[in-house]
Amino acid sequence: MQNFKTSNIRAEAEIIAAHGLSEQEYNLIVKRLGRNPNITELGIFSVMWSEHCSYKSSKIWLKTLPVDAPWVICGPGENAGVIDIGDEQAAVFKMESHNHPSFIEPYQGAATGVGGILRDIFTMGARPIANMNSLRFGDITHHKTRHLVSGVVSGIGGYGNCIGIPTIGGECNFHQAYDGNILVNAMTVGIADKQKIFYSAAAAVGFPVVYVGSKTGRDGIHGATMASSEFGHDSEEKRPTVQVGDPFTEKLVLEACLELMETDAILAIQDMGAAGLTCSSVEMASKGNTGIELHLDCIPTREPGMTPYEIMLSESQERMLMVLKPGSETNARKIFNKWQVDFEIVGKITNTKRMVLKQNDSIIGDIPISPLVDDAPILERPYQLQEIPKPILKLEFDKDNESLFGTLTKLISSPNLCSKRWIWEQYDHMVMADTIAQPGEDASIVRIHGTNKALAIATDCTPRYCASHPETGGAQAVAETWRNLTAVGATPLAITDCLNFGNPERPDIMGQFVGCIKGMSQACQSLNYPVVSGNVSFYNETNGESIMPTPTIGGVGLISDIDNIAKTSFAKTDEQIILIGETRGHLHTSMYANEILGREDGPPPPINLDQERKNGNFVRSLIQNGNIKTCHDISDGGLLVAIAEMSLAALKEGRQIGATIYMPTDNIPPVNWFFGEDQSRYIVCANTDKTDNLIEEAEKQSVSTRVIGFTDSSTLTLRNSDAISIDEIMQAYESWFPAFMKD
Amino acid sequence: MKAAIIVFPGSNCDRDIKVALECSIGAKPEMVWHGDSGLPKCDLIVLPGGFSYGDYLRSGAMAANSPIMREVIEATRRGTRLLAICNGFQIATEAGLLPGILMPNASLKFICRNVLLKVESVKSDFTINYSKGDVITMPIAHRDGNYFAPPKELEYLEQNNLVAFRYCDSTGRPTTKANPNGSAGNIAGILNEEKNILGMMPHPERVVDSRLGGLDGKVMFECLLQQLS
Repeated sequence: MQNFKTSNIRAEAEIIAAHGLSEQEYNLIVKRLGRNPNITELGIFSVMWSEHCSYKSSKIWLKTLPVDAPWVICGPGENAGVIDIGDEQAAVFKMESHNHPSFIEPYQGAATGVGGILRDIFTMGARPIANMNSLRFGDITHHKTRHLVSGVVSGIGGYGNCIGIPTIGGECNFHQAYDGNILVNAMTVGIADKQKIFYSAAAAVGFPVVYVGSKTGRDGIHGATMASSEFGHDSEEKRPTVQVGDPFTEKLVLEACLELMETDAILAIQDMGAAGLTCSSVEMASKGNTGIELHLDCIPTREPGMTPYEIMLSESQERMLMVLKPGSETNARKIFNKWQVDFEIVGKITNTKRMVLKQNDSIIGDIPISPLVDDAPILERPYQLQEIPKPILKLEFDKDNESLFGTLTKLISSPNLCSKRWIWEQYDHMVMADTIAQPGEDASIVRIHGTNKALAIATDCTPRYCASHPETGGAQAVAETWRNLTAVGATPLAITDCLNFGNPERPDIMGQFVGCIKGMSQACQSLNYPVVSGNVSFYNETNGESIMPTPTIGGVGLISDIDNIAKTSFAKTDEQIILIGETRGHLHTSMYANEILGREDGPPPPINLDQERKNGNFVRSLIQNGNIKTCHDISDGGLLVAIAEMSLAALKEGRQIGATIYMPTDNIPPVNWFFGEDQSRYIVCANTDKTDNLIEEAEKQSVSTRVIGFTDSSTLTLRNSDAISIDEIMQAYESWFPAFMKD
Repeated sequence: MKAAIIVFPGSNCDRDIKVALECSIGAKPEMVWHGDSGLPKCDLIVLPGGFSYGDYLRSGAMAANSPIMREVIEATRRGTRLLAICNGFQIATEAGLLPGILMPNASLKFICRNVLLKVESVKSDFTINYSKGDVITMPIAHRDGNYFAPPKELEYLEQNNLVAFRYCDSTGRPTTKANPNGSAGNIAGILNEEKNILGMMPHPERVVDSRLGGLDGKVMFECLLQQLS
């Protein structure tokens, strides 16, 4: 039956282990093939069954996440999630990690992370309109941190700026838990015609398979396997497994694909991401319930003499695989020629339900599709859930002798709360001329081209809450993006998630994962805010040291009228400052506890999702009805940091507006009142004559409010007569990052 | 006024300038793919921003040698106005349409931010509606915007009032602090001797809508409309 040379010798144990496969997994391959695999086939099984491609540790848990809502057009499973945003348009988005490569080679690792997520979006037929990113680096004193920050930021900028998609926001934090494993999570949002979404299922036998984009080189072989194991002392030696990005080619591929998509030529399309040609062709055939035949002689390669193994496993960037409708090849080739992008017919869809690889007219690989996808082991890994830590009764939070403003200055100039201008000024955040809210707002806002509508986008996660209690942290991450979108006046619609964890083979790490998923599920359910796409990154661990659990959430919301949005900045003086939501003064795991007291223990702030929804819905209706123009959600650092940020935002827009702030009147100590991180809270501003109405309306909706001060001239003043100028806060806020990077 | 926007592989502000011309002055610009032969008859040519050919060589060097550039050069010799923005400015200097060169920023980093510009020359169709000495706001977004020319050429530009815009502080002074990229003489934009070509690093097309950051670029397009209609 086999007409290709298979020596039918069992692979040596070292080769099996080097492919990240266990003996049992190898035996299963032999059983499914009815013979020993050759090296190419072994490589194909290895990447398809890797954690990165198969989601073997996470699959059973991902299935528990809420994925449905009336506006969801396509949930998890495709290249990206798709939601209906009205007027026959759809928003297409996803977030993905590129952690391991970015640690090894920060510029190229981060750049290709952006390139990969962009392809996921335009593969679906959407024009990308915005990039976001969420970055976690190690401690600021770690010798690699500056080098990594510098490389990652210029890599993200280098790719996004060149291709001409604005990078409009994100987050960046530092913590020693990321010393050996940084996180680079990139998100892209695109807009498509609702009737013209492209999928990957290749369900038409005989149709030609077409390869477009960059040539295949020897870079990135086994990137997916690398991302499926932890780092040891030899991680630096893995540099050759990192791919190199070419944003110019990606721009050409993007334009050519979108031009072809305007015709009726494409039946199915899939980008070549992790595990390159292997994963893309298997997925197309698997989803179409068909087979695929590939002629490796036809694959455009960068150099002669590449082996089938190298061709199938290369992770060279900027490549796509398409199935075209017969007869459309000539026109399609013309479009790709215009953009000077390689276009080759490399095979066809078959009815064999097998992947057959040919070279020089002989078969050099023949694998049934089903075991590659369906037999990838699904693991029910043991897990251990964490209890909520008990509050630490002896924690003497009120020992701080400094003035409240001294503490504020310290907080706002700390690495995690200071201005990230140094980062986002290296990103073109305005190209495409639709960026309404620049980086620094609660959510970034990008106008839907040619309309008065916009999308609001926010990325968030608070790893220290997740580390303290994963379930609360998971729920909080989802709720915080929901709150960020609400604070600008958007209606939150759906999320994408990028779940970054340590080694899932450890029950405590698996417990963190399960806990976060449970919390996320509750929040998504309660806020009617489903998950439509996502990515899992395990093995973020070096020599047994794991990162903090970091389920990064990217939320997308709709603004139906860009004239009714709210901004963080104080708009004018003599407005009442109103706190929405209840304050108890929860200081455990806060930025205050972390930065000022150097502690990370105790429970995270509890979150009441029912109240979250009520508070948010109330605030959003105020903004959407045009009643308020100033709103900011309270997050890291608490109330006083939030107020300072509102003054700083005004100053950036050229207005010197401070505030007079009342001291707390109840039993809450000032430190807890001003720096506690109780959830579900916002600050809004309103004219004095509107305030009573607002408070009355809030009461009707069971939302607690409190007037906490009023906007004033150029200082922040506490009613206990302490005062600080906005310029001084600005100085503290802006100076840390450039000083750290030695600019 | 008829405008033609040249699109190179890797141009990415081509749509932005098209929309800016449409919204601010109702123009209907024609998009001209670099590979198509024949520049249409027009009053204004725009070389848009972006990363032509990826700018893997010196920025603008590849595009400057594109066949369409021969026609662009011809047209400017006949007096057609040319607005060269950002990557377009780099292409124009590489093509010899404007003196000098744009080196990597002094910080060696890409910079995207609003900057203040002092309007230095109002004697052109691009700038006549500004007042000399006006301080205006426009964004920059580039990695290679550090304008350099030999001292003699700089002197010539200054003496002949060919510096159109200069990076400045809020009072209009061209201080070192206000210079974002190390440009000689804080130069942000220059005119050719005949004043029918303007090359500039800042992006006027990004400031034609107050919701997106201002209206200071709209003034330029309004001038062009008045002068060329």
